[in-house]
Parts: sequence; structure tokens; C-alpha cells
Amino acid sequence: MSKSIEVAKEAIKKKCNPIEISDDFNQLQISISTNQILDVVDFIKNDEACEFRQITDIAGVDFPDRQKRFEVIYHFLSFKHNSRLRIKIIIGEDEIIPSITSIFPAANWFEREAFDMYGIQFKDHPDLRRILTDYGFEGYPLRKDFPLSGNVEIRYDEIDKKIIHEPVNLQQDFRSFDIQSPWERTNYLKEEKKNNE
Amino acid sequence: MSSSKTVTVNFGPVHPAAHGVLRLILDLDGEIVERADPHIGLLHRGTEKLIEHKTYLQALPYFDRLDYVAPMNQEHAFALAIEKLLDVEVPERGQYIRVLFSEIGRLLSHLLNVTTTAMDVGAMTPITWGFDEREKLLDFYEEVSGSRFHAAYFRAGGVHQDLPDGLTDKIFDFCNNFPKALDDIESLLTENRIFKQRNVNIGKVSKEDAVDRGFSGFVLRACGVPWDLRKSQPYDCYDKLDFKIPVGSNGDCYDRYLCQIDEMRESIKIMLQCLDKMPNGEVINRDSKIAAPKRMDMKNSMESIIHHFKFFTEGFHVPEGEIYSAVEAPKGEFGVYLIADGSSRPYRCKIRAPGFAHLQAFDLLSKGHLLADVPAILGSIAIVFGEVDR
Repeated sequence: MSKSIEVAKEAIKKKCNPIEISDDFNQLQISISTNQILDVVDFIKNDEACEFRQITDIAGVDFPDRQKRFEVIYHFLSFKHNSRLRIKIIIGEDEIIPSITSIFPAANWFEREAFDMYGIQFKDHPDLRRILTDYGFEGYPLRKDFPLSGNVEIRYDEIDKKIIHEPVNLQQDFRSFDIQSPWERTNYLKEEKKNNE
Repeated sequence: MSSSKTVTVNFGPVHPAAHGVLRLILDLDGEIVERADPHIGLLHRGTEKLIEHKTYLQALPYFDRLDYVAPMNQEHAFALAIEKLLDVEVPERGQYIRVLFSEIGRLLSHLLNVTTTAMDVGAMTPITWGFDEREKLLDFYEEVSGSRFHAAYFRAGGVHQDLPDGLTDKIFDFCNNFPKALDDIESLLTENRIFKQRNVNIGKVSKEDAVDRGFSGFVLRACGVPWDLRKSQPYDCYDKLDFKIPVGSNGDCYDRYLCQIDEMRESIKIMLQCLDKMPNGEVINRDSKIAAPKRMDMKNSMESIIHHFKFFTEGFHVPEGEIYSAVEAPKGEFGVYLIADGSSRPYRCKIRAPGFAHLQAFDLLSKGHLLADVPAILGSIAIVFGEVDR
């Protein structure tokens, strides 16, 4: 498996001009800029050294402390070379990414999900609607600044005979315990083992 | 928009043949489906958000609640991801137990799916027989973990506890009797004229489409792509086991049914090999402090009591890094993309559910078929909303 990764790595390095390329845990990962995405995705799908024919997933990640807060991570799989590839793009809140649905039709719902959960906009997406949240939902639930308990709760109102939305009112707030300890962690076990050997 | 000929029908969200809470907007021309627009998310529980607020140990039970038809297979993907980040080994007995129960999960899923789909197309008997067998498998789940469905049995580094006495004999007996039960179910379906009329050439997908649409698991294999993560990227002890991968050719509902039946037979083979080869010893890695200390040690070791307390409050720390780990769940490739920031909680945990990609292609699968074929297609791609909606 690692040999095919090397071949793909060299090909991508040569043609795609990635910002960063790594293979931690034997998993190939490249970082590219927003405007490269369509070319790179087209390249890795069709190039003989890559042939990443299937898109497995698209994941959004939120880092609110960064200047450009979102990461979008595309996962690809090559049946021929039995290897995987991750493409990482870093974007800000007001930026927009070209949709890759024209190259990988399966990206459609994955992009919708990233839009739904993080508010990441995809350009030229055929149908960029919310997908997992309720009709009329407001906010982007997987952003780190969205509260775990949400903003509204719904119930059936006996008087009005309809479902109504109200601000969340919990009897007990979500309790997040600060349990980090200053102790040394399990790393010392590995070091000890190494020293013994 | 649709022409004046078409009628828009709302299928679901609570429809007995929708296998859960699926709302389908169907544009029909007479009885023929012109367009299908699945509206999902009615079972969305925010699993990924919840996991970000829990320790690794507390996050594990959420995976039972994704594909609740085969709970332990999901736990497997999460456990593997943590193990890779921590770089810990799983003791051999732990590996065999995990594979054994993953295959039980595969049986659970396929049994439910094959028989309920048969019911959707008019065969009432298989479901009673299939659920009879399922009940026996759920008893194994209960014996080993204490609960029939939400087992929370796998752990990073192994499994929670060893098998109770006598369980291996019971599983062995089951493995010997199950092929007979499967033959009975098959005798009602495989060559049944009505069943074939309802399934052959329905929901057909080509090889290329299947790859393009992100299919995996038996849905992909039924289209003729020989791809199984247990063979191609083996995890745990799958590389030491001998089994075959059933592959279809037509890519229709009937081939998907046949693939599931054949996979069940292979699963039995795997289970028998696991029982045969399973060594004695530990079931979880106790060296790296990612497992709770033994009860007996806590009686006379202060260190163990401290460890026990810290383990269940603070949890164990996972070093910074990101990883994608996938398993061959019954329905396809179930993946976990984990970003760890060095604390005891995952920074991000993206769950890749096979059913999400399969349902996405529903428009392609159902176009041009009759309204009555919609439940058959839906059943054949094994949709479970726990994992689709997350």
C-alpha cells in the first residue's frame, strides 16, 4: 500500500503544486488553495498514478481562533491502487469554494451537509439546500460557537393546536467539567519502555 | 418544473415501507417515477456535535445508535481510529472477539434487511424466521455486553470484558444450525417467481455509476466491483482468516439480495474460524493506561484506584493528529475521520455512513420504475436512518 502512496505523492507534487503534503499514518494528505480545487480534483481522478475514482466523504472543521476559520477536507479512494487521499482547503467565513459536483456527482450531498453544518458556501452547486436540519432551521450547528443544547426547542401547543418554537429553557444547564489534570500522561510509559529496551 | 402530466406525491415520513423516517417527494407520471427527492434529517440527533463534548470513552456508545441494526460494527471503526492515533496494539484474543462480533453484526443487519425487504414485496414468512435467528444473535450480544442492542462493548485497545463461560459453545451451535435456517429462507425467496418479478432488473446500476455515486459494501459488489475492505485493507485479524467475497453482475435489487445471502454464509465461515483460532489471554491492552484497571487490583493497589478515578473522569488523552479509519460495516464502508487535539476529547469526529451515499443515488435508482418498486429499491440498498441522519 505504501508504494502506491509514494507514486501518487510524486505525481501530485509535480503537477498540482500543493501547499503542503504529508503521509502520517500512511495516509496521504495534501493542502491546496481554494482556486486550485477543480484542477487538482480532476487531476487525481484521471491521472494514472492516482486514479482516485471515488469520493468517500467531505468533512468540515471549525477552528474559531484562526483568521480563516474553516477547513474543508475531501476524502478520496482509489480502487486500483488501494489507497486513500485527503485534500484539505482552508477558507474564511466569507469565502466561497467551487463545487466539485461536476467531477464527482456523489459530492452533492456531502457539500450540502458541509453547508448545512458550517455554512460553507459552494459555488455552482446544483441544489445547495439544507439537508440534515429541520425545515426553517437557523444557524450552523457544528460551528464551535453554536451551543450544544441548541437555541430553540419545539413543543405542541394545546391552546393554539400547533407546534411552536421557543427559546431553549433547561432546568439544569449542560455541565462541562474541567477535568484536565496537570499530571504527566501515559507518554512516560512509552519512554520507560524504550529506555528498558 | 414538472409538466402538467406529473403528479407530486409525498411518500413518508412515516411510511411502513420507508424503513424509518424518510420523506420522499416523488414526481409521478401515472405510476412511473420521474424524479425522487429524498428529504432526510428527521432522525438527526447531532451525534458529531455531542461527541465533541464527550471524552473518548463516553463517545463510544453513540456509535451503537448510528446503524442500530448492527451496533458493534460502528464501534469498531471508532476504536480502530483511536488505536491508530495512540499507536497501541490489540491483544490477539481481543482482535478475534471483535471480528467474531462484527460478523454477528453483519448477520444481524443482513437478516433484518433481507427479510423485511421480502415483506415489502409480499413475502410474509421470511421475516418471522429471520427474526427468530436474529433473536439468538442478540442473546449473544446480551451475554457479552449486558444489552441486546446498544452494546458499547468494543473499546480502544480491545473489548470491555472477556466472553462469559459457555458462550463459545452456544455460538458454535448457532453456526452449525444457521445454514439450515438460511436454506429455508432462501427456499421461499431465491427461486420464487413473484420475488424475482419484483426484484430482477429493478433499480439497476452500472459499475461506473456505482463508483461515481460513492457506493460501497454489498451495493457496490452487486454491480460487479470486487471491493471489500476486509480483504483490501484488512484490519484486526481479517488477514488471518479465509473467506470469499461474493460479487454480483447485474447491479439490480435481486443481485443485492443474493450478495447479502452469500455474505451471510461467508460470515458463518469467519465466525467458525474465529472460534477455532481464538487464543487465550487478555482481551484489552492494559499497558497503555487506556483500559480501566481490574476490579481485583483496585482492592489492594492505591495506584489502581487513582487510575480508575482519572480514567472515568478525565479519560485518556489522545495525541494530536488526524486519522481516517474505515471498516467494512454490513452496509458498506463506515468511516470515522477523527481530529485529536491532545486532550481527552475529540476535536472533531466526522462520521462517514454508507447509507448516506446510497440514498443520495435514490433518484438514479428509481427513475423510470413504478411507484410499487420504490419500497423494493429502498429495501435493497439497506437504508437505516440512524446512520444516514446521524
